[in-house]
Amino acid sequence: MTMNPKLSLGPVLFYWSRDTLFDFYDQAAEMPVDIIYLGETVCSKRRSLGTKEWIELAVRLSRQSDKEIVLSTLALIEAESELKTLRRLCDNGRFMIEANDIGAVQILSKKGIPFTTGPSINIYNSASLDLLASKGLKRWVLPIELSNLTLRQIQMRRPVGIETEVFCYGRMPLTLSARCFTARSHNLPKDDCQYKCIDYPDGRLLSTQEQQPFLALNGIQTVSAKTCNLLPELPLLKELQVDILRISPQSSYTGKIVDAFHTALMNEGVSDLGKYTPLGSCNGYWHGVDGQAELNSSGIR
Amino acid sequence: MELVCPAGNLPSLKAAVDNGADAVYFGLRNDTNARHFPGLNFNEKRAREGIAYAKSRGKRIFMAINTYPRPEGWERWRQAVDSAASLSVDALICADIGILDYASRQWPDLNLHLSVQASSTNYEALAFYHDAFGIKRAVLPRVLSLNQVQQVVENTPVDIEVFGFGSLCVMVEGRCILSSYVTGESPNTHGACSPAQFVEYRETPNGLESRLGGLLTDRYEPHETAGYPTICKGRFTVGENTFYAIEEPTSLNTLALLPELYRAGVKAIKIEGRQRTPAYVGQVTKVWREAIDSCCKEPEAFVAESAWNDSLDQVSEGTSTTLGPYYRPWQ
Repeated sequence: MTMNPKLSLGPVLFYWSRDTLFDFYDQAAEMPVDIIYLGETVCSKRRSLGTKEWIELAVRLSRQSDKEIVLSTLALIEAESELKTLRRLCDNGRFMIEANDIGAVQILSKKGIPFTTGPSINIYNSASLDLLASKGLKRWVLPIELSNLTLRQIQMRRPVGIETEVFCYGRMPLTLSARCFTARSHNLPKDDCQYKCIDYPDGRLLSTQEQQPFLALNGIQTVSAKTCNLLPELPLLKELQVDILRISPQSSYTGKIVDAFHTALMNEGVSDLGKYTPLGSCNGYWHGVDGQAELNSSGIR
Repeated sequence: MELVCPAGNLPSLKAAVDNGADAVYFGLRNDTNARHFPGLNFNEKRAREGIAYAKSRGKRIFMAINTYPRPEGWERWRQAVDSAASLSVDALICADIGILDYASRQWPDLNLHLSVQASSTNYEALAFYHDAFGIKRAVLPRVLSLNQVQQVVENTPVDIEVFGFGSLCVMVEGRCILSSYVTGESPNTHGACSPAQFVEYRETPNGLESRLGGLLTDRYEPHETAGYPTICKGRFTVGENTFYAIEEPTSLNTLALLPELYRAGVKAIKIEGRQRTPAYVGQVTKVWREAIDSCCKEPEAFVAESAWNDSLDQVSEGTSTTLGPYYRPWQ
């Protein structure tokens, strides 16, 4: 009999206002998730909440609920000021850190502080997982483009005490750049972006010239226009002993989506999430094909 | 400052050596490196010939094993590392933590360079690879401004190599999966971005179309030259506008910044283009050799000669070049 996986809320990838974030996390405190990841992972110019306020929010949420709170770092760290923020997060003294850049792994492992890694840390094989485990890794998120077959092999040799988390729902982070594509779409340079991201709480849609929705611009990050949905894959996720299922927040219906996962975990039925994914869903990466594809659980397009 | 040039085959390697490269980098004929293109790269016999050619002329040879093995491919990557050791290459350019771990344990005398595919953009990340695997050099992703490059150089014991010329990746290498989102294959997993077998050009009533994995990446007016359908260089619609939403098809040329890179303490300039012809390699190497020599001799007086830029423009992809991320306004 395998244990039921836990549910987590990933960090909010998009630029939401301060009030929107506070409202969202008030609701999240009541959602049936076990873990909440907090923090800005995409762009250091986004300042709805400062580092100190993220940590205060973590304190408040851990008082309000019995959820595990984790602080997530930026994924692309270039400037000294970003390293400074990173060090402050790592020195919080209380909450686990999700490292989204190897720089964070270095700071934490040198101090002997255990950590987790997010999907932008490239762990593609057992040797990488073993090495990071020896540096203090406690949990990892499967990189977005890896399949259930790859995961199966890594799980077979997983070091003792390491938890595996899979990105199961949300627009998938596909790439990071020096350039800000949201600013570019407004014909603005990055240094004068006018914080345009705040107008696109789920990213700004990019379509092909055939009007096929393709990507969503999220500042220096680009995410998929389609929403990854692995809820129908729950039996396989359980069989592979995945410990945590990650739901990536979106601007509406996150609570409903969490409920749907929770219901399925309680064996009370798998609901169709189609109404929450207006541009369609996908699961191709999980099945070992192009990420945008949607296959049924027998692996047929 | 060292000049590091690409070789996709033996004639290119010779062209690089003959025209003044200090070091040449190459990969094997499989998915263990990030230029896994049909007909390109070296088998062991060719690699031996190339290495002998370079070494007899006092030049160094680096081998790239810079993709990310999944468990099903692990043996192939491990064998590639063993090959590199038996070929006595001067350095191995790697990205994957597991492979770096293997190489540093199994072949402690083998010099390790951190590939651009490892996405290390700050000195703390470099410290990780230095402490864990003893890397001697790192190639920085094409996302940092000059100031940021300098900041890294000042705070790391590792030698820094940066891209000077060639195709311009606008994304953080090693962390871009746009290619596999459309085709199922990415540089990380298969060693190629937008692999050729997924590329298609179609004449249609709307003009020539380029597609990748069936997805329309661009349409061309009769007077336009069709580009390779790399996703980041396509034209897409955002809001009301259809345009190069990510990047125009330009390439990187940092010749004008050479003295600043030199003063920043950059140890090596890398030329992109293992997939290009021996003529490209020869021509680009020649220009950069002259430029680096001129810069090292008298950095204060350095001027990028227009003949150099003309020569480079002839072989650039697309019609124009850019200073790229080093020049902040481009970002």
